Amino acid sequence: MPDSHDLLFRTLADPTRRAIFERLCRDGEQTVGALTAQAGVSQPAVSKHLGLLKLAGLVRDRHQGRQTHYCAQPGALTPLIDWTSQMAGFWEDRFDDLEDLLKRMDQ
Amino acid sequence: MTETLTEIRSVVVERELSHPPEKIWRALTQPQLIAEWLMKNDFKPVMDHRFSLRADWGAVDCQVLALEPNRALSYSWGAYGLESVVTWTLTPTPGGTHLRMEQSGFRPDQVQAYQGAKAGWPRFLLELEQLLARMD
Repeated sequence: MPDSHDLLFRTLADPTRRAIFERLCRDGEQTVGALTAQAGVSQPAVSKHLGLLKLAGLVRDRHQGRQTHYCAQPGALTPLIDWTSQMAGFWEDRFDDLEDLLKRMDQ
Repeated sequence: MTETLTEIRSVVVERELSHPPEKIWRALTQPQLIAEWLMKNDFKPVMDHRFSLRADWGAVDCQVLALEPNRALSYSWGAYGLESVVTWTLTPTPGGTHLRMEQSGFRPDQVQAYQGAKAGWPRFLLELEQLLARMD
């Protein structure tokens, strides 16, 4: 598991942070203020979560006047999806080997 | 989507096997048999027992978290900084056993809360694809 994967997993592990990311996925670009109104935590807390999401490549920010707008970068989830597929492939192969073993155990 | 994004971190593989649960249990818990289908190991079917799985690509650090002979086995699975939990469930069927493996990216202390969650990630992927299509 490379470090980038680790960062992605850890970043998405926090429920509040994940909710912010999902809201951006669902509703498109939002200002920090609009996100704070929904998040149930303070604006500094939301800003901190956004900073961590940005570090993991999950969001992009854009400054307009005095407002900062954030939008989701769902493509950043690709490593997570790849990892899940790889692990599924790994376990499918293990199941095949297990079936072979079970057949041999009869003999 | 909160649930589905959580579940993207879990892998579920299930299979109908034409062998009784007791026999599959042996293959899942006897070190020399585990080595035949998974990896070299020092597994013991004892609660809290720490063991490792070794392959040419590296090692996985594990600890037994739950043990119910012929029915369920759960151990932590730590590799490359990712803490996950592997849970095996054996359900007897008329023709043998339904074997289910779930690997979830959760710490052991969360495994109880996580049990029973459905793997919703294919739905999430679909949503993601639709979203990406809209973004073009």
